[in-house]
Amino acid sequence: MAIKVNKEECIACGACLSVCPFSAIVMQDDKAYITEACTTCGACVDTCPVEAILRKEETKVVTMDKSLYKDVWVYLETSEGKLRNVGLELLGEGRKLADGMGQSLASVLIGHNIEGLAQEAFAAGADKVYVVDAAELAQYNTDGYTATLFDLITNYKPSVILMGATNDGRDFGARVACRVGTGLTADCTGLGIDEATGLVSWTRPAFGGNIMATIICPDHRPQMGTVRPSVFKKPILDYSRTGEVIHVPNKVKAEDMRTKLIEMIHVCTVSCNLEEAEIIVSGGRGLCKPENFSLVEDLANVLGASVGASRAAVDAGWKPALHQVGQTGKTVGPKIYFACGISGAIQHLAGMSSSDLVIAINKDPDAPIFKMADYGIVGDVMEVLPILTEEFKKIKSA
Amino acid sequence: MMEILVCIKQVPDTAEVKIDPVTNTLIRQGVPSIVNPFDKNALEAALQLKDKHGGKVTVISMGPPQAKDALKECLAMGADQALLISDRAFGGSDTLATSYTLAAAIRKIGTYDIIFCGKQAIDGDTAQVGPEIAEHLGIAQITYVAKIEVDGDTVSAEREYEEGYGIITAKLPLLISVVKSINEPRYPTIKATMKANRAEIPVWTMADLDVDEEKLGLKGSPTQVRRIFTPPQRTGGVIIQQSTARESVAVLLQSLSDAKII
Repeated sequence: MAIKVNKEECIACGACLSVCPFSAIVMQDDKAYITEACTTCGACVDTCPVEAILRKEETKVVTMDKSLYKDVWVYLETSEGKLRNVGLELLGEGRKLADGMGQSLASVLIGHNIEGLAQEAFAAGADKVYVVDAAELAQYNTDGYTATLFDLITNYKPSVILMGATNDGRDFGARVACRVGTGLTADCTGLGIDEATGLVSWTRPAFGGNIMATIICPDHRPQMGTVRPSVFKKPILDYSRTGEVIHVPNKVKAEDMRTKLIEMIHVCTVSCNLEEAEIIVSGGRGLCKPENFSLVEDLANVLGASVGASRAAVDAGWKPALHQVGQTGKTVGPKIYFACGISGAIQHLAGMSSSDLVIAINKDPDAPIFKMADYGIVGDVMEVLPILTEEFKKIKSA
Repeated sequence: MMEILVCIKQVPDTAEVKIDPVTNTLIRQGVPSIVNPFDKNALEAALQLKDKHGGKVTVISMGPPQAKDALKECLAMGADQALLISDRAFGGSDTLATSYTLAAAIRKIGTYDIIFCGKQAIDGDTAQVGPEIAEHLGIAQITYVAKIEVDGDTVSAEREYEEGYGIITAKLPLLISVVKSINEPRYPTIKATMKANRAEIPVWTMADLDVDEEKLGLKGSPTQVRRIFTPPQRTGGVIIQQSTARESVAVLLQSLSDAKII
């Protein structure tokens, strides 16, 4: 596909220049000119008042027999012998895609002593579970997991693979996609089926959450994407469902793994387990001083909530990066999200917009966080927080 | 003596991007182009290793000719040399085509002990180009690194996990992507900046690389952007602004109670 300007029609009005998200159009000799920054998103095509910009389909040499690839796969990430929530969330979404495409939903489990988790996958909607169980794979390892998933893809040829956009998912998802030579859409927040083509349409934020892009992978299989945790809800588990467990022997040897995990240091307690939290209390620059962060922690303690922080608060060194909520931090989707002294930059909103209920406290009535909030208190966060904590304490003990 | 490569990207400062409330499109005018912030952490990590172990730091970037400005900033920070990979044929590359092209350039450079990248770029936020470069080159990787030590041919790194940190070791050569907390990037001196501004930055085009043209640019990109749109603006909910904080809290709790939330 390519975007072309019909120079005879172009009236040099400049309308396309301002809509191009990638600054890929310049004026040359009074005509619009598409530069190499173009991603063929087509934003200019719709804007041109004289229809001088056209999207041209280019015929590609198809080297891949796409009909050999079928089924939707969900990679199930585990942590200490348990499934991460994101895998279950993706089974819910994967079920919809598989039904829409008239295909089966399979999931992939890699690890050691993990076969028991297959039941949970069936309950969440899977028809099949591929299990690769070996002592060598007990811990996540880039080389080991890349080789294993690549081998499964080569043998069983799925049409679609969904993975969680976790640190590990993004670490080996990219390597697998590269080894297969297919497309991988990062950090998606929306999934659907493109009506015209039957392809998966992957929607994701870009430019720090300022715009959304819908991506497709037309000519390569599998179509792969990583999906943000906490964006989709977990499906209701139905333990009467059953399915087929397919054991696949491990081919990875310990010496094939070039990195070694020596030690895990868990600094994370309840307070920073943001992805799985039901309630999160987050603090930002409005707290003015690092000491005041204790006001946020006090409220979190009373509510049994996790503690989040804005980028500003993390940058200022008030909280470690593990607590950061936002585009470059963690994405969260709790039942209740308290934003305390957070102005609500778009990058922060991108990380918490799937919260069910947002309560914001900020002294600036024009702060963008109030646009996102279901309830907003305009007031000094240092004054409001202690009262809120005290009141919740009373409610709890009542 | 270490040979260190750093991959950087010139990006629009997404914190400065605004949406036009009338047309609902990006306002890009006046948005400065910067070195991707995480890539500055990558460069700083490289410079610190050079300070400690000696060696050479080479910065490379793939992008349009104006990306030279970003490379000059890296030279001013202390990189020994910079290289721009630029050709119209690279236009429209997704992460697979970008990493293929960068890997071809790195192969031509030849020797390296460590390739540093930022964990992701703030415009695309994919975090994929680093691992894909490592895959094209067939070398190991450690991503999300918050601390690094090199002893002989062994690297020991602290990698960020959702729940904490893992200590990971590996042998050189290796690709490492870094998180922000790894360091505080240094500021260039005025003298270094003036010197960097005069530097001639070599540009490699498609003709300089051993590449398959079918794997470059739009043609070599499996993913395609179908549509770009601005997310729907939320209108906001109930705003509470009583005369005292205590009254505001009381109204909030009453509202939550009425809505059966508490």
